[in-house]
Amino acid sequence: MQWEVVIGLEVHAQLSTQSKIFSGAATAYGAAPNTQACAVDLALPGVLPVMNKGATERAIKFGLAVGAKINRTSVFARKNYFYPDLPKGYQISQFELPIVEGGSITIQVGDVEKTIRITRAHLEEDAGKSLHEDFHGMTGIDLNRASTPLLEIVSEPDLRGSAEAVAYAKTLHSLVQYLDICDGNMQEGSFRCDANVSVRPLGTDKLGTRCEIKNLNSFRFLERAVEYEVVRQIEIIEAGGKIAQETRLYDSDKDETRSMRSKEEAFDYRYFPDPDLLPMKISEAMIEEIQKTLPELPQAKRGRFMREFGLSSYDANVLTASKAMAAYFEQVVNQAGAANAKSAANWVMGDLAGALKRDNLEIAHSPVSADRLAGLVKRIADNTISSKIAKEVFEAMWQGEGDADAIIEAKGLKQITDTGAIEKIIDGIIAANPDQLAQYRSGKDKLFSFFIGQAMKATQGKANPQQLNDLLKQKLAG
Amino acid sequence: MINSSLKQLAAQLAAKKISSRELTQSYLSRIETLNPDLNAFITVDAEKSLMQADAADKLLAAGLGGVLTGIPIAQKDIFCAQGWRTTCGSKMLGNFIAPYDANVIERFNVAGAVNLGKTNMDEFAMGSSNETSHFGKVKNPWDKLAVPGGSSGGSAAAVAARMAPAATGTDTGGSIRQPAALTGITGIKPTYGVVSRYGMIAFASSLDQGGPMAKSAEDCALLLNTMAGFDNRDSTSLDRPVEDYARDLAQPLNGLKIGLPKEYFAEGLAPDVAQTIEAAITEYKKLGAQVVEISLPNTQLSIPVYYVLAPAEASSNLARYDGVRYGYRAPEYKDLTDMYKKTRAQGFGAEVKRRILIGTYVLSAGYYDAYYLKAQKLRRLIAQDFTDAFKLCDVIMGPTTPTTAFNLGEKSDDPVSMYLSDIYTIAVNLAGLPGMSIPVGFGANGRPVGLQIIGNYFGEAKMLNVAHQYQLATDWHQRMPIL
Repeated sequence: MQWEVVIGLEVHAQLSTQSKIFSGAATAYGAAPNTQACAVDLALPGVLPVMNKGATERAIKFGLAVGAKINRTSVFARKNYFYPDLPKGYQISQFELPIVEGGSITIQVGDVEKTIRITRAHLEEDAGKSLHEDFHGMTGIDLNRASTPLLEIVSEPDLRGSAEAVAYAKTLHSLVQYLDICDGNMQEGSFRCDANVSVRPLGTDKLGTRCEIKNLNSFRFLERAVEYEVVRQIEIIEAGGKIAQETRLYDSDKDETRSMRSKEEAFDYRYFPDPDLLPMKISEAMIEEIQKTLPELPQAKRGRFMREFGLSSYDANVLTASKAMAAYFEQVVNQAGAANAKSAANWVMGDLAGALKRDNLEIAHSPVSADRLAGLVKRIADNTISSKIAKEVFEAMWQGEGDADAIIEAKGLKQITDTGAIEKIIDGIIAANPDQLAQYRSGKDKLFSFFIGQAMKATQGKANPQQLNDLLKQKLAG
Repeated sequence: MINSSLKQLAAQLAAKKISSRELTQSYLSRIETLNPDLNAFITVDAEKSLMQADAADKLLAAGLGGVLTGIPIAQKDIFCAQGWRTTCGSKMLGNFIAPYDANVIERFNVAGAVNLGKTNMDEFAMGSSNETSHFGKVKNPWDKLAVPGGSSGGSAAAVAARMAPAATGTDTGGSIRQPAALTGITGIKPTYGVVSRYGMIAFASSLDQGGPMAKSAEDCALLLNTMAGFDNRDSTSLDRPVEDYARDLAQPLNGLKIGLPKEYFAEGLAPDVAQTIEAAITEYKKLGAQVVEISLPNTQLSIPVYYVLAPAEASSNLARYDGVRYGYRAPEYKDLTDMYKKTRAQGFGAEVKRRILIGTYVLSAGYYDAYYLKAQKLRRLIAQDFTDAFKLCDVIMGPTTPTTAFNLGEKSDDPVSMYLSDIYTIAVNLAGLPGMSIPVGFGANGRPVGLQIIGNYFGEAKMLNVAHQYQLATDWHQRMPIL
């Protein structure tokens, strides 16, 4: 039987506010345990939550970016359960009336575009952290993360496989960074997702029983977890079994998902409106203000890159995947001219991306600035250097040896474009290799590359390839 | 001196006839004498109080004193006060030293008042007799066989026995008004949102409201001037212009329209209380007021609605007492779940557990709609009753409680009968309205009777005026128990 995979994702994006969602404590990552937890975060008797306006604004910004409805009144609810790193014994979240409802984002898998519907996005606070190592059989509690603002973005079950799930997560990851509402740092847990996975016979409408896989904090884990889970579910059903609805955990060491708790063991969270926080009212004026701050979004940027710079859909997609890369690319084009956009795109996606990856650097920390790369692109365009020599110049720029012009000058890499000079060199080579010449003239065309190689060697690669090619052909023909 | 008003005490302090240290010391001595029997205070810390008194004396000497500077005030042990043990009447917080000040405490500190000690209360403010306190029952100073009411029973007894010139209380379903009535003092629960709840340990967040308890309406007005005001750390605090709650005290009551809800004078009201209340109403007529009969048809629903909503909120509010970060932790346990269970089984008393169980139940999947949601709907109907009634009158009056103080132990084994003693006060909290109780005489057994005055939203100044005019014409509020 053919199976269809159905996935819905719940993404937790940590909002990039300076202070916590319900207290004034700082949200900065990496502080010593419990140094960024105030009385409110510790849930001392008598303390009360106060909503951080910055978190509300970021949620609205997201809602506007995905074309969702911004609820003018939304309600905070308490999600009650006991856990040592949940200081109040409840998490303040939104349940019946979230701040953002509906909307969608467009993802691209290969050459196919697909719209994924968003069910809702709601504000909530994070819990603290339980530390099980280094405490000699006891558990340490770090409440620095407690009450950190999160936007939980819930998709409809519109994703049909791990590739789409990853594409969706990546698109969302890029979007929240474009919007400057989340730093997107997955290692630090600023962006993580839960996947609801089920399978059904292809062509049927009824959803299969789903399993929720918790806390996937990398795209690779998301991909692996979904793939493992799909195989697991299909095997069970094909063997005549039934899928039990449950919450599962992905173990990246063993590359498998494991049951965490069954539906029967699921908590009754006893949600009810938090009486400490009045229903949150959002004014038209606030929405209008935020609307004005919306940057150009990835999809619009993609379209513009294709239109203005004549880039392919693929190139535009790669270059707009991150806001930083798109900005870098645009700066290169600004300096080098729109006519050189394709060359700029190739350099950004090729040598630059490769070098960044090799040295494990973010584009923001690239040793070669956009302006310097533009300088290089210009020298290729005006035939000062060949593309091949350009790679050498790029590497020198990467090593901090100056800008393209300085390096070309210092290393004498300027291309030889003087026809007379090239002819002279060719004449010398032909004279020195009479046997090869004879063989070539008797029909051994392959020897052409031998002469090219000799000429390049003689000019240290600096001869203009096209000129060299043309002149050599003429001379060899006799 | 012990029967002096706050104004009189302030005048004496300002005139240097007495120092704050001497005043504080005299109350501390009276506490030392009377408290072992009455048990109105959980924590007394003479050293801390006198340090504050000395600071107040410096302010007074520099001529920088305000109306409450140097005046000792007893604080209900529900308000966190930095460096003070703050127990909320529970074993769970028996060892909890508050590391911060509640907004109310902060405001008294700024005013230069002296914290005279932390008063006894029903555990987590859950009770109407002060018998649920982990720190022992409080006796009613008028009759030591009687309860002082609750949950602010310690504050009420402290003021009634003149162990403190004034005190703070909190009122979730009558916890200021009922003990005020039962001990013959004056207390006011303001409109919800007038006094910040920051640092006031939560019982039922949507109902809890702090307020003053004192010998007179005039004293209450002065105290409320300090306690009330917007606080940006409490999202339910109301951002309104600052008011002088004493501004209307002197207004005559000519033409005042008093609404008497027929439901408050029906079955269940003890005849001696009814008579005393009628006499008070007669006095109001003499002062120029008119009486209109009104109806609050949903009064009977207020107790069931309250006993769904308050426990629901409490079950969640009290989840933080888990033994992990502060407070009581069971000495022995085998794992995390066991620690939770033993800590909470040992740390909470029976009434608190009962309400946590009720609250957990009414919020559970499958019951939420039938209980919690239904109760929320009825809450709106109850509030609407008052809105309709205030179209016909300026204030509403009736008995604060159906009977005078009952005996210690009388209702401890019958929670429902205990709950019913709050029948006249609970609806006011559900509606978020201000309400107060003033002493208007004594019942057949010689125990005090309280008249409840209910005002419209933000009608505190009017209510205090109505109460003050009565107190100018009568002397019930100046009566003291013989101790």
